[in-house]
Amino acid sequence: MNLQAKTFELRKDVLTMIYRAKTGHIGGDFSVMDILATLYYKQMNLSPENVDSPDRDRFVLSKGHSVEALYAILADRGFFPKSDLDTYSQYGSKYIGHPNNKINGIEMNSGSLGHGLPVSIGMALAGRMDKRSYRVYTVMGDGELAEGSVWEGAMAAGHYKLDNLCAVVDRNRLQISGNTETVMAHDPLGARFAAFGWNVLSASGNDVSAMNAAFELAKKTKGKPTVIIADTTKGFGVSFMENQAGWHHRVPTEEEYKQGMEELEQRRLAAL
Amino acid sequence: MNKIPNRQAICEVLMEHAAADPDIIVMCSDSRGSASLAPYAAAFPDQFVETGIAEQNLVSIAAGLASCGKKVFAASPACFLASRSLEQAKVDLAYSNTNVKLIGISGGVSYGALGMTHHSAQDIAAMASIPNMRVYLPSDRHQTRKLIEALLADQKPAYVRVGRNPVEDIYTEDKIPFEFNKATVLSEGTDLALIACGEMVRPALAAAKLLSAQNITCTVLDMYCVKPFDSETALKAIRQCKAVITVEEHTKIGGLGAMVSQLSASECPKYVRNLGLPDEPVVTGNSAQVFAHYGLTGEGIAETAKELLAHV
Repeated sequence: MNLQAKTFELRKDVLTMIYRAKTGHIGGDFSVMDILATLYYKQMNLSPENVDSPDRDRFVLSKGHSVEALYAILADRGFFPKSDLDTYSQYGSKYIGHPNNKINGIEMNSGSLGHGLPVSIGMALAGRMDKRSYRVYTVMGDGELAEGSVWEGAMAAGHYKLDNLCAVVDRNRLQISGNTETVMAHDPLGARFAAFGWNVLSASGNDVSAMNAAFELAKKTKGKPTVIIADTTKGFGVSFMENQAGWHHRVPTEEEYKQGMEELEQRRLAAL
Repeated sequence: MNKIPNRQAICEVLMEHAAADPDIIVMCSDSRGSASLAPYAAAFPDQFVETGIAEQNLVSIAAGLASCGKKVFAASPACFLASRSLEQAKVDLAYSNTNVKLIGISGGVSYGALGMTHHSAQDIAAMASIPNMRVYLPSDRHQTRKLIEALLADQKPAYVRVGRNPVEDIYTEDKIPFEFNKATVLSEGTDLALIACGEMVRPALAAAKLLSAQNITCTVLDMYCVKPFDSETALKAIRQCKAVITVEEHTKIGGLGAMVSQLSASECPKYVRNLGLPDEPVVTGNSAQVFAHYGLTGEGIAETAKELLAHV
């Protein structure tokens, strides 16, 4: 399977889901897609067959508003029927606008930012206590890093030297009000994590090969947790959405939908 | 007078079970001493997690541990646990349904003159309003033991509030009529229903005694299970009495009194008087002085009872 091409197919699923439901966080979905795809198709020991195994790898989507990207992947990986995506955000559906552990394959509810890292620390500590070799992954948004609880977590993960934990920052540099560095600056981001005792890696976050290589490096790092600062483009894959803060949660018009689907198909074909 | 605070009883129960059950984990936020959990931390270092002064992290890490099969007891001062980390309790415990028991220590006005930062007079209202969060305020060390044993055997989140100081026993070692999630009926009468929780059960009992000398008979309920609120037992008490008084170490907004009043209003209207703390920073003093100031003593409750019954 050509995973990079696959990510554009998955983006088409996301675009359709959001266009139909008239709600969703498309910009972040598109920036995080390659990170999630690398985890779910290449890295994690997690599948519908082992979803209850104590040895499965754990994943927490801390930037829970990117749930549409996760839904598209979970459906494609067979955690639930793809037709379930049609119920996204519909009356009575369990497929709500943030992760919810009533859905097969989702460990923890999220949506309020700043929770995923400390929850993942608990999972990593449990793995160490039980001498299990699973790894724990969490993906945070960059705007999310303004939450103080992230840094409580950063401190604890460093303190406990949790090398079975890998956090990813979806560094698209845009949040709802604009540029992250204008709203609340994070740079030098890597130095901040390093100061808390983390192994810091940078990768091109919309490139599945680069992400895969970073995850491999993280696995080999002992004695400290790893954070991968994934440089991404918000809205990646659709020209008029890229790097536009307005597409944080804008809903496409019919024309935008058609154009978006066409562009994503072209990107998919180009990646093959 | 008993010298063992309820928090110490919690530590004893956890230590009794931890050796046989490696999944029991205790967590503190620089609070092992104030939670009386230092002996546990020393005896079971591999089943103890310290987060430092970081209550949000405490609760979220607890949730992560619990999602991997651990039975987590996270102890921190009630004032911080039920406000600073309220969102973590809502999202990571109640909403995600993780097996974490929050132990709010030094609850209510235990910290006395330290002031409003250290008082937890809103924790019942805050925690009980969250779907899937249970709230317990045990009245003495014996009931605390029974409660913790019951909570060890279940899988859902809960919030337990205990005070800082030893409290007089309500029960005796050989007679603890504990039924999980059912109020304990301490006495039965037909004039006044006295419904109390936590440390306020003792003055409620004292009031009943004072009133019985004046031929006023009371049904006294120890409603340690504030949520799930035992409406069946409460309603029976409301029905059989002429009036109702609730007593709690908590603001009158959204606590036990509010729950009893709602129940009475909808099922069996009676005069209900809520005793508790005012909607303002409480008067400076140790907890006994604060209780006396607001009439949360046997004498104070008995006086309110006589006024109330004069209306009926």
